[in-house]
Amino acid sequence: MQTEAAARPRAWHEIVLAVLKANDVRLVPYVPDNVLKPLINAVHADPFFTAFATAREEEAIGIVCGAWMAGTRGIVLMQTSGFATLANVLASLPCAFQIPALMMISERGTLGEFNIGQAMVWRTMRPVLEALGMEHHVISRLDECEFICDRTIKQAVMTQQPAALILSPLLTGGKVVAPPKA
Amino acid sequence: MSQSLTTAHNAKRMYRFDLMQRLTAQLRNEEAVIGGIGNTNFDLWSAGHRAQNFYMLGSMGLAVPIALGVALAQPQRKVFALEGDGSLLMQLGCLSTVATLAPKNLAILVFDNGVYQITGGQPTPAAGGADFAAIARGCGLANAVWAADEADFERLVQHCLETDGPHFIGLKLDDQPPVSQTERDPAQIRDRFMRGMGARKSKLPG
Repeated sequence: MQTEAAARPRAWHEIVLAVLKANDVRLVPYVPDNVLKPLINAVHADPFFTAFATAREEEAIGIVCGAWMAGTRGIVLMQTSGFATLANVLASLPCAFQIPALMMISERGTLGEFNIGQAMVWRTMRPVLEALGMEHHVISRLDECEFICDRTIKQAVMTQQPAALILSPLLTGGKVVAPPKA
Repeated sequence: MSQSLTTAHNAKRMYRFDLMQRLTAQLRNEEAVIGGIGNTNFDLWSAGHRAQNFYMLGSMGLAVPIALGVALAQPQRKVFALEGDGSLLMQLGCLSTVATLAPKNLAILVFDNGVYQITGGQPTPAAGGADFAAIARGCGLANAVWAADEADFERLVQHCLETDGPHFIGLKLDDQPPVSQTERDPAQIRDRFMRGMGARKSKLPG
């Protein structure tokens, strides 16, 4: 008998959770985001993971870099505006020291953004990733989510280079509010 | 541990290189030491390289977070974060994170000379009298103290080695410059540190 759960396609955060486990990525410091909420709840609920909030994204990058050097893999969860705070520490820590710091960025600021601040800072994300020469991939389709996550993590580890996974609103639905009435 | 009577105002101003030598002389169990940006890690380097030393080259303010990551990854190993006062000011939030996670094996040493020594000695914005041990206590690191003098520092380091943390020691510094500069080769530093942590084995010598 096929259960309802088996028939239902896995949600993006269920796929990500499984890929993190399969790749032994255990440490999950984050600065929260509404879109990331189901993933944050899932890593807190699963004793495989050590998940906690940090005050700044920079701090979380330092934590996963230290953990990697001592033998534990981690990933930092953040949103677009958080990534915008990171250029200096990415350049001088994971890029310079060749540490596979992993990042998962919930993409705010595009495809229906309601906050102009988010829309403005969104413009800086890809130019910074490209300027730093960092591997980055956008996940926009459920059927590509597992492959992109899994291969990006494996390449980061094998090449000892940081990498960013960007969760597109096409995948997650993004954060939406109703437009104001005229 | 009883509360020290030493305050930010009566703590002796000590020589950073001398403190580094005293610290590393007390380490006998492959304790990890994370040296923060600039003169802090320069004097750690000058005190003699250890396989378990990591020297930051940039990422100002991240000595404590890096040390926290090491401490979480290896709960059986004692980890020391060495951070400057200006650096800590850049990332004060990390003290709250450490207090919340409460890693038993982490000790934070803050080297407070009150200035950005490496850029010409400009006073930090804490010149108005910010007390880093008091800030740490306010963040939840209840036993944060200032070291009164060199002998007190050695006693406090021994306390870090023998008891559960997290620990926080504030150190007032004199104005002497660093002895030498760390070799700036981050990939080598990272590789050596990973070997020192037992996180990497390699047939390449070194």
